Amino acid sequence: MASLVGSRVERKEDKRLLTGKGRYTADINIANQTYAVFVRSPHARAKIKKVDTSKALKASGVVGILTGEEIAADKIGGLIAGWAIRSEDGSEMKVPANPPLAKDSANFVGEPIAVVFAESLDEAKNAADIVKVDYKVLKGVINTADAMKGEAIHDGIDKNLCYDWLLGDRKAVDEAFSKADKIIKVDLINNRCVPNAMEPRACVVDYNTASEEITLYTTSQNPHLSRLIMSAFGGVAPENKLRVVAPDVGGGFGSKINVYNEEIVCSWASKKIERPIKWVAERTESFLTDTHGRDHVTHAELAVSNDGKFLGFKNETIANLGAYARVFGTVTPTYLFGPCATGVYIIPAAYSNVKAVYTNTAPVDAYRGAGRPEATYTIERLVEKAAMELGIDRTEIRMKNFPTEFPFKQTLIHTVDSGDYVAGLEKAKQMSDYNGFAARRKKSEANGKLRGIGVSSYFEACGIAPSAVVMSLGCGVGLWESSEVRFNPTGQVSVFTGAHSHGQGHDTTFAQIAADELGVTLETVDVVHGDTDKGTFGMGTYGSRSLAVGGIAIVNACRKIVAKGKRVAAKMLEVSEDEINFKDGEFVVTKSNKKKTIGEVAFACYLPGSRDSDFKSPLPEGEEPGLIESSFFDPANFSFPAGSHISEVEIDPDTGEVKVEKYTAVDDFGRIVNPLVVEGQVHGGIAQGIGQALHENTEYDETGQLITASYMDYTMPRADNFPEFNLGFTCTHATTNPLGVKGCGEAGAIASPPAIMNAVIDALDGQEISMPATAEKVWKACKLLKKSNSKAA
Amino acid sequence: MKTFNYHVPKNVKEASKLASTSSAFLAGGMTSVPSMKLGLATYKDIIDIKHIKKLSGIKVSGKTVTIGATTKHAEVANSRDVKKAIPSLTKLAGGIGDAQVRNRGTVGGSIANNDPSACYPSACMALNAIIHTNNRKIEASKFFKGMFETALKKGELIEAVEFQIPVKSNYQKHPNPASRYAIVGVYLAKHKKEVNVAVTGAKSSVYIDKDLSKALSSSFSSSAIDGMKLDSSEMNSDIHASGDFRASLVVTYAKKAVEAC
Amino acid sequence: MSKVTLEVNGKKVSKDVPNHTILSDFLRDNLNLTGTHVGCDTSQCGACVVHVDGKSIKSCSTLAADVDGSKVTTIEGLVKDGKMHPMQEAFKKMHGLQCGFCTPGMVMSAIDLLQNKKNPSDAEIRKWLEGNICRCTGYQNIVAAVKEAASKV
Repeated sequence: MASLVGSRVERKEDKRLLTGKGRYTADINIANQTYAVFVRSPHARAKIKKVDTSKALKASGVVGILTGEEIAADKIGGLIAGWAIRSEDGSEMKVPANPPLAKDSANFVGEPIAVVFAESLDEAKNAADIVKVDYKVLKGVINTADAMKGEAIHDGIDKNLCYDWLLGDRKAVDEAFSKADKIIKVDLINNRCVPNAMEPRACVVDYNTASEEITLYTTSQNPHLSRLIMSAFGGVAPENKLRVVAPDVGGGFGSKINVYNEEIVCSWASKKIERPIKWVAERTESFLTDTHGRDHVTHAELAVSNDGKFLGFKNETIANLGAYARVFGTVTPTYLFGPCATGVYIIPAAYSNVKAVYTNTAPVDAYRGAGRPEATYTIERLVEKAAMELGIDRTEIRMKNFPTEFPFKQTLIHTVDSGDYVAGLEKAKQMSDYNGFAARRKKSEANGKLRGIGVSSYFEACGIAPSAVVMSLGCGVGLWESSEVRFNPTGQVSVFTGAHSHGQGHDTTFAQIAADELGVTLETVDVVHGDTDKGTFGMGTYGSRSLAVGGIAIVNACRKIVAKGKRVAAKMLEVSEDEINFKDGEFVVTKSNKKKTIGEVAFACYLPGSRDSDFKSPLPEGEEPGLIESSFFDPANFSFPAGSHISEVEIDPDTGEVKVEKYTAVDDFGRIVNPLVVEGQVHGGIAQGIGQALHENTEYDETGQLITASYMDYTMPRADNFPEFNLGFTCTHATTNPLGVKGCGEAGAIASPPAIMNAVIDALDGQEISMPATAEKVWKACKLLKKSNSKAA
Repeated sequence: MKTFNYHVPKNVKEASKLASTSSAFLAGGMTSVPSMKLGLATYKDIIDIKHIKKLSGIKVSGKTVTIGATTKHAEVANSRDVKKAIPSLTKLAGGIGDAQVRNRGTVGGSIANNDPSACYPSACMALNAIIHTNNRKIEASKFFKGMFETALKKGELIEAVEFQIPVKSNYQKHPNPASRYAIVGVYLAKHKKEVNVAVTGAKSSVYIDKDLSKALSSSFSSSAIDGMKLDSSEMNSDIHASGDFRASLVVTYAKKAVEAC
Repeated sequence: MSKVTLEVNGKKVSKDVPNHTILSDFLRDNLNLTGTHVGCDTSQCGACVVHVDGKSIKSCSTLAADVDGSKVTTIEGLVKDGKMHPMQEAFKKMHGLQCGFCTPGMVMSAIDLLQNKKNPSDAEIRKWLEGNICRCTGYQNIVAAVKEAASKV
């Protein structure tokens, strides 16, 4: 039987999604439902003096209006930070309360203050318009770099500082710097991005007054985790009375990890008003209240020797958390960022110091790559600048500092199990025709254009694990994953997983894995996920963990099925277990070639006997009937995909337009389960990274109004913004899991911003420019370039 | 969205009669419907004019191209007759919004709305268009009054736009990267006696850039305007482009337009 | 209220709806055709694209009353005799979708492209899809799918 793992299998979920039969949360309607509309703060920072609902309550169709007073009275808990980070001085991080409906103060534009339920959406909107909120407007703290100088926005949180975290050894770094020939310095802004899943957030809640069970349909990447948080911290309902269903989810990119205000409020309220509730975000609400990503201000330095060896690294970063600390908000700029900032290089001494600050802006949390794009941007800008200043080829300087032996003990925390960074960069050079660049640049220049080339080598620590380690670093939960595999009596297989696809194609790739392990066809395997009432508890999908953690739980559960099958087959074939070999779905006696298929064995497990068999059971003594196995997999380490990307851009100096002419990506994801799906993940990641580098502009004005709160002003990349991406792969198997797989979901978004910016800055002859490199910024840089060129002439 | 009375008049007279201070004519609805959805505009009466047959269609005579008010952008973009007479006009129409917007958006709607970053007003200005309404004929130069403001009076309905066929012309647009409206759009038309450089996106309303027009009238080559500095004090300035950048883009695209003629 | 009569996916439907009913809401709420999605409020994203009288339009910016009497085709109407449209097949084959949210609009838009141009180039496909935003695929496999469909239609 040909292996399904490694094949370009077309996706099982596609027919549903292509024919309009996908079922997203907003597609769900419940008889007698009410419509929720939230009253949101129009101010970035204000004291709430009074909320007057009297007029709105009398408006047509209104069923009820609830405010922060009521939710507080019912002792419903707020939103949480999932990781506790300690400062360098040993103190615990400072976290403000984040009630689901703000009662005393509003801290960002869009923060929910009250909610209106009405018979129709129009009526709910009309009533929400006349809920009167008296605010005392205060001056907000908006800007990341200046946040520590502003007035404290949360009581008791001095300088708006959540923590001042250090990883690494300042003294060792100082020593290394003192011996360096040259210090390369960069000042970087990692621009805030809005994740912009195309499906706006939504929830539909149905409360059963008899069973007292709440069913929450929601746009979530992790329904079990949502239930846990809502139950343990929100106190909305005990876990056994709260069912969370995330049906088809239209993209997440990190923004659908968090449990949001609206989900808590609607779940609580459905019980209160005893009516089902539907809430669907408008795009502007998504812009205002989805968690945003990135938003770092960084000063970093690299100490080098004249021959291009890296000696030391320092990273001083201010990370904007927004108004509140959310689930991965505090870990993203620390453990997901700090250790990765030394990149794929041997750097003997390093430290990362991060100050996380609160501002009156939307909360910032994980966004595709979470911390690692910021890390890669930091080190790869430094490396490119070092190459330029030392006059060493940008690929040569990288190769010079790559580790060649694995496991590679990276300076800060990670021990990378496997990789071949040299092979990746060599392949990228060859595929991108790196050596032909000079000729292409000449050609562009002949047409009055500027051309630049940029390289980015990255590694990604993903599939965060093991649980004991992540919990020791402050994580509130363990990051294992679970699976249950049910072999039906008539031969089909249901694979339950705690991971949850929001576009990744788990229906297909997980089925490929299980089908291979069990020796059955792909069609016989169904993957079940996204419903806390179905299957085992799981941690969900983010951080490129689904395959490397969740996929392995499936493998392990399947292997338990095979192990039991072997015991049963041995009994059925009247041989000992070690005489049996399992291959391609058959238990074969090696010597006699007698066999039983796994289907026959499964049937026997469920129907252990027959009319004419003299009371003989096919089950060995003590073996239970049935063929269901589960596994909780807790990996020994992260997985470490890596690679090198090379981009080429052409700039029109008169209009400032940057055109991405060529983009080559070579990635090492270990063993690849489905190349079709993996290529798609890489394409999407690269596009998001190019979006960050060239287009996406999240702008708050000085009063904290988000002025890019729709697609009229926030630049979402379109098809004509991209060239065709040229992908290649190298493969070193991960040694920390039985499939040898590594994560692949975030790599494109991690590698591409520096690949693009290095190319833009190369085209601008080394002139620094910040992301996004929009037409006007580039046009200005081109003008300066012309000036300096004419001076030189 | 706030609800409204919905009317489908059969002729212009009926349509005009229905108009009030809180009514709007609905042509393609590509601006008015989203505006109503977002609560930026509310009307008591929506007067859908698509059933008024005489408002739609394209006529090319020797000297002019006349386009009915409810003619869709896609129809103009795909019209062979227009392409033959004024190729830049098909180019302009084919670059408005996106394919779906072009399948519904109309010339009349675009002009009546007079969005400062809309494309069509620049064509009207450069091609010395005459706007035919149910009451009168208005020269383009007197039609566009300011941001979202036109010479149209209550109940006055655009019936058609008559463009003068130039000797040569070209339209160049620097799109807003997000909305794809014009940050700057330059419509250049070389007529027998003069050259018009109409600019959209750059100021609060479409205008003829006199300096560029004059320079190109005396010498129709890009070198005639190379390095020209425009006054940016009245230019729009927003997160996508400062006034200085817009001023520079106007010259850049005017040059590109000359070169493409 | 307006009486809106349409032929949707080959079936005649007639409903009395408030005058301000948007076509996308009419399809989703009144006809339960939830394959047509709404991803923005400003008619940029294109998740709502359907065909009205054979042409692709944005149903989120169109009044239902305004298309009274028209033939409307939604993503649900493309399957004939249990078989997907070649464009749908091509999206599946080339992995032109991930989360699937933008997909119905993308497919409807792409079909209209091929009605206008039989063998579009990569650049023409990318330009035509200006009105459809996808956050997952980086568009590459969408372009590949449209080309694949063009070779089959």
